[in-house]
Amino acid sequence: MHDDAIFWVLALLAVAGGIMVFRFDSMARATYALLTSLLCVGGEVLLLGLDYLGVVIVLMMTIEMAIMAVFMVMYMMNPAGLMPMTMVHNKKGAAVICAAVFAVLAAGILLAPWPSRRGRPSADPTMDLGLSLMGPQMLTMMTLGLALFATIVATVVLATRRGRYDRFGDDLKARTADDPVGGGMGR
Amino acid sequence: MSLELFLLLAAALFSIGLFGALTQQSIVMLMMGLELMLGGIIVGAAAVWYYIAPAAADGQVLVVLAVTVMAVEMAIGFAVVTALFRSREVDMTDMAAELKE
Repeated sequence: MHDDAIFWVLALLAVAGGIMVFRFDSMARATYALLTSLLCVGGEVLLLGLDYLGVVIVLMMTIEMAIMAVFMVMYMMNPAGLMPMTMVHNKKGAAVICAAVFAVLAAGILLAPWPSRRGRPSADPTMDLGLSLMGPQMLTMMTLGLALFATIVATVVLATRRGRYDRFGDDLKARTADDPVGGGMGR
Repeated sequence: MSLELFLLLAAALFSIGLFGALTQQSIVMLMMGLELMLGGIIVGAAAVWYYIAPAAADGQVLVVLAVTVMAVEMAIGFAVVTALFRSREVDMTDMAAELKE
């Protein structure tokens, strides 16, 4: 009974927060609406008994939205929402597409013959996850690790101000780079 | 609570996120739509784990995958926005379209 009530509260908050993300004029408010929605997603995951993943989602989304708010202020022309502003295109077409996608998904969800439950959750699902990631799903874990490492490298390369052509000029075989401050021991 | 209710919530979040990803001109707002879509996938994966195969951890692994994709999407997205803005002072998808020429 309590679980049902918690589910509905979180579900309604998640959907309402998601809708408000694209209705607020203030980018800061939109970020907080998205944070509310994603925190409710974490709450739903906790409700399903996945304590570790639920807490990870809550922590990660809180930090992620804090970073996103900073980028909003940096790049958006109206971060405080002091004047009405819409930056959208083809709103009606997108609304029709999204309603159709939801209708198809809902029809599939309600009409599909879902298999019955096999087994029961173990006393410690987190240990199951850890054993799975270190055992049969090791390849998944290694791929995720490589993807995260590639992300770190790619983000640094993309965000850096001076690329190798700025440092070396057109001739990349130059012995020394044109850096404002020389590196190494000899400076 | 039932599997269908959780999946309907997931479908709703996915559709709202898709609306944002399709309509928003700002790249940062577009990324918010993608985050919502991934949130829907997380709810769906967790519900499928709980209601269909709770004895195996594969559904949990799918949730880990979606959470990682969220982190990667945000990091790469902001790096691309930074690179775009630095080179052309562009932070809108419509203005970034000229990059294909």
